[in-house]
Amino acid sequence: MRLGSGTFAACCVAIEVLGVAVFLRGFFPAPVRSSARAEHRAEPPAPEPSAGSSSNWTKLPPPLFSKVVIVLIDALRDDFVFGSKGVKFMPYTTYLVEKGASHSFVAEAKPPTVTMPRIKALMTGSLPGFIDIVRNLNSPALLEDNVIRQAKAAGKRIFFYGDETWIKLFPKHFVEYDGTTSFFVSDYTEVDNNVTRHLDKVLKRGDWDMLILHYLGLDHIGHVSGPHSPLIGRKLSEMDGVLMRIHTALLSKERETLLPNLLVLCGDHGMSETGSHGASSTEEVNTPLVLISSVFERKPGDMRHPKRVQQTDLAATLAIGLGLPIPKDSVGSLIFPVVEGKPMRDQLRFLHLNTVQLSKLLQENVPSYEKDPGFEQFKVSEKLHGNWIKLYLEENNSEVLFNLGTKVLRQYLDALKTLSLSLSTQVAQYDIYSMMVGTAVVLEVLTLLLLSIPQALHRKAELDVPLSSPVISLLFYLMFLVLSAIHVIVCTSAKSSCYFCGLPWLAACGVMALISALLCAIVSVLTKMFIRGSLPSKNPAPPNSGWSELDLLMVFGTVGHVVSLGASSFVEEEHQTWYFLVNTLCLALSQEIYRSYFLRDDGEPQCCFRVEQGFAGATPALQDRTGYDTREQDRVHVSSSLSEVLRGHEKWMVLASPWLILACCRLLRSLNQTGVQWAHRPDLGHWLTSSDHKAELSVLAALSLLVTFMLVQRGCSPVSKAALALGLLGVYCYRAAIGNVLFPWQQDNRDISKGIIEARFVYIFVLGILFTGTKDLLKSQVIAADFKIKTVGLWEIYSGLVLLAALLFRPHNLPVLAFSLLIQTVMTKFIWKPLRHDAAEITVMHYWFGQAFFYFQGNSNNIATVDISAGFVGLDTYMEIPAMFLTAFGTYAGPVLWASHLVHFLSSETSSGSALSHACFCYALIGSIPVSTYIILVTSLRYHLFIWSVFSPKLLYEGVHLLITAAVCAFFTTMDQTSLTKS
Amino acid sequence: MKDTDIKRLLYTHLLCVFSIILSVFIPSFFLENFSILETHLTWLCICSGFVTAVNLVLYFVVKPNASSKRSSLSHKVTRFLKCCIYFLMSCFTFHIIFVLYGAPLIETFLFAVILSTFTTIPCLCLLGPNLKAWLRVFSRNGVTSIWENSLQITTISSCVGAWLGALPIPLDWERPWQVWPISCTLGATFGYVAGLVTSPLWIYWNRKQLTYKNN
Repeated sequence: MRLGSGTFAACCVAIEVLGVAVFLRGFFPAPVRSSARAEHRAEPPAPEPSAGSSSNWTKLPPPLFSKVVIVLIDALRDDFVFGSKGVKFMPYTTYLVEKGASHSFVAEAKPPTVTMPRIKALMTGSLPGFIDIVRNLNSPALLEDNVIRQAKAAGKRIFFYGDETWIKLFPKHFVEYDGTTSFFVSDYTEVDNNVTRHLDKVLKRGDWDMLILHYLGLDHIGHVSGPHSPLIGRKLSEMDGVLMRIHTALLSKERETLLPNLLVLCGDHGMSETGSHGASSTEEVNTPLVLISSVFERKPGDMRHPKRVQQTDLAATLAIGLGLPIPKDSVGSLIFPVVEGKPMRDQLRFLHLNTVQLSKLLQENVPSYEKDPGFEQFKVSEKLHGNWIKLYLEENNSEVLFNLGTKVLRQYLDALKTLSLSLSTQVAQYDIYSMMVGTAVVLEVLTLLLLSIPQALHRKAELDVPLSSPVISLLFYLMFLVLSAIHVIVCTSAKSSCYFCGLPWLAACGVMALISALLCAIVSVLTKMFIRGSLPSKNPAPPNSGWSELDLLMVFGTVGHVVSLGASSFVEEEHQTWYFLVNTLCLALSQEIYRSYFLRDDGEPQCCFRVEQGFAGATPALQDRTGYDTREQDRVHVSSSLSEVLRGHEKWMVLASPWLILACCRLLRSLNQTGVQWAHRPDLGHWLTSSDHKAELSVLAALSLLVTFMLVQRGCSPVSKAALALGLLGVYCYRAAIGNVLFPWQQDNRDISKGIIEARFVYIFVLGILFTGTKDLLKSQVIAADFKIKTVGLWEIYSGLVLLAALLFRPHNLPVLAFSLLIQTVMTKFIWKPLRHDAAEITVMHYWFGQAFFYFQGNSNNIATVDISAGFVGLDTYMEIPAMFLTAFGTYAGPVLWASHLVHFLSSETSSGSALSHACFCYALIGSIPVSTYIILVTSLRYHLFIWSVFSPKLLYEGVHLLITAAVCAFFTTMDQTSLTKS
Repeated sequence: MKDTDIKRLLYTHLLCVFSIILSVFIPSFFLENFSILETHLTWLCICSGFVTAVNLVLYFVVKPNASSKRSSLSHKVTRFLKCCIYFLMSCFTFHIIFVLYGAPLIETFLFAVILSTFTTIPCLCLLGPNLKAWLRVFSRNGVTSIWENSLQITTISSCVGAWLGALPIPLDWERPWQVWPISCTLGATFGYVAGLVTSPLWIYWNRKQLTYKNN
């Protein structure tokens, strides 16, 4: 069977996507879980240990507090409370922290510092898996054991006001609630007023046991204008006022009840210097935790240096404070100062409960738990505790009792710390078997792609696919049997849960068959190469002269980029790599242009010499494979064609075009500073988005839209031209409606709407243009000879995508779009056409520019830079599928636009029919090399310090990128197919 | 092409390498607190001066292509002025390229100067301010003597060295040599030295294959 190389590549990428999916499922570990599910429950609490059998305290200790109020302020950084900002803007809180009856701590949040995982961590005490970040927008109900569930089970009445993530996480848990949405980031007053307006009524009523308030305004301010904005101070003062109201109300209530109340002020995560969050910088992980209750001692605390605790410790502390069982999955330890005022027996009882829970969790998650130092300490301290109880019940000398008690206490605290630590590190458990299976699939596909380069880039662009030669099929069945046997052995012997073993047998068998089939394909290709190689060698290695500097640069650039992914800094600063490569590419292009231009002009003998050499190189290659031969001949004629093409000002444009592109890239580079090390540098983007420069931003956005229109309209049919113009106008109206830009006739800030109508107006035009394009493509397939319609159709699809990108981009990013179109136009007109690069080279250049534009947009390999707001353009409520699609398109607009330009360019310019399939093959290859290598790198670096903060986000990015590559390849192949059927 | 030619080439190149080594050690006798990393810009000036001086001396002593027939004084002066202008232009060109690569605007100039010293000055010495000759030398198969061949090698290796020198900048090791432009200048210097050392050897090993058209 013969297969076009484009189809072959598309199939390969599709299989690779499957492999990467299996790998990802194995790589992102399921978090530490207690095996006992929360549903069937109510096992009795651990009894108090005693050396004799004389203690009978087997029930849970009574609660310490009657009412608990949790004030969670989103993105509250530690220095907002404990630093100079706190002193200035939060006087009441500062007073409480310094002189009041309170304990203050810096609670360390683990990355990912995003709201939903942090809420989970606060309430369950467990460390949610990295993959939770992806589910952040679509939070399903929390299934794990948590404080809220326990409190509800104990009959407590819980009220909640604030971020509606809570309501999704804990459905039907709250007696009374009001959720606010966090999707409209520009709103930072109303979200908080919606919470505060309930406060008076609720505080007066007092028919609740637990009140949770989640304020989002501070986070929104951070996202919009950063941590040093003047708005922050105002918001902090507002929060201070809220805290004062709650505290005074609680104090007045306390007289009626026996038990004291507890007020908790905490943040879910911090805020980086740019105002975002998600990563693991100090500013993002450090949050304040202030516990206020009249039962605590008033002590002059050192406010500047509060003690450090873990964020997960709050769950255990709250559970103890409310007299509830500690959540089963909690890895936190009790914050000891809270119970310090209690009698010694109670203190020891609390600590014992906590250690028993932790050691149970350890037993369930670690096979060799007995050797764990924490577990040993726990055993020792439990024994000591028993002795102490015995002494206590015998009413021994109080001083001896006290001394022994403090010793036990210290022992318990040590045990808690060790246990908590070793459980936290347990989270990084990988499902190695699934990872191996995924890696095997991906690597086999890559090998197959690499091995078929010579055949696929041959002029015919077709591959022989051997079907069922007897030896190969024997090999296939053998491999299949062996792999199935391995699968059975691994799955029956594995102790820990394994995703791949959990699959139904049929699916697992399918994957095994796939692996063995791929292996057989590789073997057959290898044997064929070997047979061909052992034939009388007609030629030595392919002539070296076939490699121009440009090709060398592309090969080395690709290899260098792939190798650089092994270093965390290079992953963080990947944009630098791409900018560097693209710049060098431009210089190499300029060198090529100058050489062909000047050498021709001089008419020196070198030219003749080059021709000779070219033929010398080409003749042996002609008999053989690879497209290099044709290209080398092309290259020889380039110089002649160049001087013919170049007349007048066009000559100068050709000479200047690489420099023009370089200058554009330099401007774009200063638009968005991304990465980590230099992200804090001032950039044009921040300058434009600050509210003082709205007029400049409006002018720039309008100009960019105008340039976009000018550049795109030339290839469209009149109807879509009009649609494009209206659509771009609609984009501006949408931005004006949501308050990003201004119309010239309105200087004042009007009220801000969501711009739903305007955005939908644009969507209609996007769909219309895409529809026209598809119609033209179909028409071109029916009416065979019409080549031009196809070109127009492809351009219309391209312009539809441009319009969609214009709608989704933030206004300060619109220049990126305009410049990308400008560069594409310049390159098409002055570089690719006159220099006649072959399809493979043009593909690689498109890919590189696409990558560079991904970063020019302000993206990075950090989850926090994903612009989620793109997913809500024109949507009234959160709808998962459109939102995900829009966000993905907005993020990967750069690569997608360049790829679609590539399709249009190749199908319109090149005469040879195989160009598209060559390009598809190259695109698939160059897209899958980094992914496959990165998978291996990440597997070997899985215990690296930065695995979660740097490598895992990049892995997710790579996965999505591969998915998009697969989509692009599918598009290529359909285009190729249409051209094939036509010819 | 004779072996003596190659030997002469080797000696001149060794002298250039020696001048760079001297530029590292001699200033520490005269200047206090001199070190390459801390007073990097001073070293750049000194190194560039040394290399220029050695190149000029070698040019007058060795005279690889002593073929200028007219040698009136005015001709020499214009030639010299032209050389200066070419040198400055190459500095600015390099500077522009570095800025396009993302370098800061101010601190970059001395790096442009030193790279011009490694590339443009030998070209000026050997070929004179003659753009056509430059183009010839730097096109494929355009060299006509071992001097030009070695010129090609050293120039390209200095540029590649500077290019490679930029690679460690994003790493978060926080070493003193990662500060801009130290790694790039060091890369260029190492590239230049490597080019100086390897070019005679390469020419020696390939002397059979190398045939120059009109020597």
